[in-house]
Amino acid sequence: MTTAAFVVERSTPAARAGLNTGLALIIAGASLPLWAGNDTMITLVEFFYFLALAQMWNLLAGYGGLISIGQQAFVGLGAYSLVVMAVFGGVNPFIAVPLAGIVAGVVAWPSARILFRLQGPYFAIGSWVLAEILRLVFSNYSALGGGSGISITESVSAIDEWWRDALSYWLALAVGAGSMTAVYLLLRSKQGLALTAVRDSETASESIGVSVGRIKLQVYLASAIGTGIIGALIFLTKLRVSPEAAFSMEWSALIIFIVIIGGVGTIEGPLVGTILYFVLRNFLADYGSWYMILLGAIAVIAMLFMRKGIWGWFAQRFDVQLFPLQRRLTIADDKAPSGQPSDTQKHD
Amino acid sequence: MINILDTIMQGLLLGGLYALFATGLSLAFGIMRFVNIAHGDFIVLGAFASLALIQWLPMHPLLTLLIVLPALAVMGYWAQRLVYNRTLGRDIMPPLLVTFGLSVMLQNGLLEMFSGDSRRLDAGDLTTASIDLGGGLAIGVFPLITLVIAIALLAGLQYLFSRTAIGRALRATSDDPEIVQLMAVDSRKVYGVAMAIASATVGLAGVILGMTKAFDPLLGPPQLLFAFEAVIIGGLGSLWGTLAGGMVLGVAQAVGFRFDPGWGILFGHLAFMAILLVKPQGLFPKTRD
Repeated sequence: MTTAAFVVERSTPAARAGLNTGLALIIAGASLPLWAGNDTMITLVEFFYFLALAQMWNLLAGYGGLISIGQQAFVGLGAYSLVVMAVFGGVNPFIAVPLAGIVAGVVAWPSARILFRLQGPYFAIGSWVLAEILRLVFSNYSALGGGSGISITESVSAIDEWWRDALSYWLALAVGAGSMTAVYLLLRSKQGLALTAVRDSETASESIGVSVGRIKLQVYLASAIGTGIIGALIFLTKLRVSPEAAFSMEWSALIIFIVIIGGVGTIEGPLVGTILYFVLRNFLADYGSWYMILLGAIAVIAMLFMRKGIWGWFAQRFDVQLFPLQRRLTIADDKAPSGQPSDTQKHD
Repeated sequence: MINILDTIMQGLLLGGLYALFATGLSLAFGIMRFVNIAHGDFIVLGAFASLALIQWLPMHPLLTLLIVLPALAVMGYWAQRLVYNRTLGRDIMPPLLVTFGLSVMLQNGLLEMFSGDSRRLDAGDLTTASIDLGGGLAIGVFPLITLVIAIALLAGLQYLFSRTAIGRALRATSDDPEIVQLMAVDSRKVYGVAMAIASATVGLAGVILGMTKAFDPLLGPPQLLFAFEAVIIGGLGSLWGTLAGGMVLGVAQAVGFRFDPGWGILFGHLAFMAILLVKPQGLFPKTRD
């Protein structure tokens, strides 16, 4: 009997195929403004920002264990940063969008110092209080339009319409693809290892030298910055910002449903969830309230019976991963029957 | 001077209403470590249930309590047995997100049934009457009744927990849900009973809310936040702390309203954040976990 050599492998055929398809899609997607119609572009912009929002919430809740139901705080902050910079500061709105992330981060830092005093479920409601505080502050601040909101049309009207739509679209594409890439790279880094360790057991990771408090703060800030950028982008395409729309509870509701249904704690989950959300919305948007009831019901059922969502079930059933985060131990000896699932051990 | 006194008094009375909101939330957390995100929406559901009864058979809103309380208690019992019990465990995500989903479903369900219009439970003179204290100072009769109800409810629960068999079972299950099974107590059923009691208080809170101010299907989340803030300000797990927490919140809101009508709720939230900053354990922390 020969001694089998073990090889630690990360990438899988599915992952390589996924990467190639993803790159091809991004390149094809980038050329879209040249040939596609306006409706397609509007839908895709929405698709990308929901994907990015879902990815940010998944990073926070699925990996960081910080279940927030107040991420609309940062959507709204991003939107109002855009207003202040583009309408009052004269900054080019397309440059103001990434800068909005910094504003969100600056507000998130002191907020985290207070909210982190609340444990688990109470952090969730506390994060909601923060969003309400911001909504009420902007509702009462008449210089920014108060409760009725403010238009940002004049800040973009100087830009040619085709360029405006194309730039918005490219920005959305960058934000959507960028959020997936950023989360993937973060999880493969040293911080990512620490983060998954914290997710699995805070006590155990603390004992091997991971600073749980710091890693949670970093995830919270990263998610806030990302969400702030997305918020600015969303309202750049909507052209009007009001406290009710920017700090709306519905942002959190939709993002959370998307991630739960798609698969919480996986990179692929938010993508699957967003696709499913757009399919459902296409068929059910006319039914108003019933549509939210149905979405809520699917999320509740998923949480009760399919805790890892659609992608979690799929990945487990077929052993597929598009974004390789696990290390697999495979027997490399060519006499040994390699490639069979029984020889493969997975480690998160 | 009279203004300051008036503001503080209005705030303290408002605290009674918030304590009423908070009791169910506090109970569910105290016994099951369960946080119900749909708590505020169940309060609003209580108000709408009362409204539907009155529309069907005109009667005084307080009479509807005879039906609303048992109905919500039964609903709470089965929600716990059939849904919430499945979510309990080490992972905090399932209970939070299941009740979050329920919250969105309830809001939209109520919208579909009752439209988005503002409603009110008409209780005639009872809600407009006030007592003149002299010197330009007057207090509303109904807010006073609300405060008395809140105090009576808390006293009643205190009695239930410390003196009765069911109270002992609830406390024992809260301490260790596995060991009590050895004493022939089914912790799943005890949880059901705890949620039934909590839901009855939610029904009470709903009817009182409907008589106090106008309500609509989307009013649930703010009520959850007020209840939550009262619980945290008062200190987790302390029943009487909840009343104190509600009063602190009420006074902060009343002071805010005095400055500008748009600032009332904001001042309440800011007071909550400030207390979290200086006294994270709340005003009356319970030493026993």
